[in-house]
Amino acid sequence: MIRRLFPHPYLSAMLVIVWMLLVNRFAWGSLVFAVILSIAIPALTEPYWPARARLRHPGKILVYVTIVVHDIIRANIDVALIVLFKPNRNLQPAWITIPLELRSPEAITVLASTITLTPGTVSSDLSQNGHALLVHCLHAPEPQEVIDEIKTRYEARLKEIFE
Amino acid sequence: MDLAGEILISAMLVIGGAFGLVGSYGLVKLPDQMTRLHAPTKAATLGVGGIMIASLLWFGFFGERASWHEFLIVLFLFLTAPITGLMIAKTNMHLTWRPDELPYPGEDMHWATFGDSADRSLMDGDADLDNTERDLRE
Repeated sequence: MIRRLFPHPYLSAMLVIVWMLLVNRFAWGSLVFAVILSIAIPALTEPYWPARARLRHPGKILVYVTIVVHDIIRANIDVALIVLFKPNRNLQPAWITIPLELRSPEAITVLASTITLTPGTVSSDLSQNGHALLVHCLHAPEPQEVIDEIKTRYEARLKEIFE
Repeated sequence: MDLAGEILISAMLVIGGAFGLVGSYGLVKLPDQMTRLHAPTKAATLGVGGIMIASLLWFGFFGERASWHEFLIVLFLFLTAPITGLMIAKTNMHLTWRPDELPYPGEDMHWATFGDSADRSLMDGDADLDNTERDLRE
């Protein structure tokens, strides 16, 4: 019964939070409407997302977000320095291939988004069976270092969270 | 207290504005489409982030009550910015790159943009199929 009502419990929880933030002040009426939305929207979109997303260790999401925010700030400064002070002829852009150990589509989406949000790297494509990620680097004299960093900092942690 | 708040808010506004400016400058200065794609990611993260923190602080210090919309802006931005980046990158790959200029994708032979996988499922792997079927039955 509960599963029928909430096919995607995390999506439902997220919708309640988003709606309450959108309303911007607490009122019981809004909470009731948020719950109605959190039932209606997953029910309507379920045909497009039949598999239930699993989280093995939801508690580790907070650690992951902290690391990503820290990395975004650090990478922002690095890329700003590259843009401002490095002449274009010294720039070494590179395509790199990241072999994926993650298999869950949700986990790969989060990894690809993290890579794009971190300045200096943009995830550009997935290999056709989802076993590797194509990433473009703004300045990567040592491509292997970038691959290792992404695999140890992000992929290993996402594997703990999702799989 | 008010002065400290104002200094903090101004600092965040200047930081956000500076990163937005550097991002826009990068868009002009960098040499080709793929490298130019990197500049706006900066404006979208720390640039907007700085302005959002400034706005949060202003409502905290001087507003009538706390505002939560900034969290939503950051949330939706972080959800949508990677999709835009991916779409622009894939368009670039179609227009200006040949498959043999890209690194080899390993066991899958082709990148999805150039492969023939559009008519098949994104994920192969028997485990995934089993999970999907089990979920459908539930």
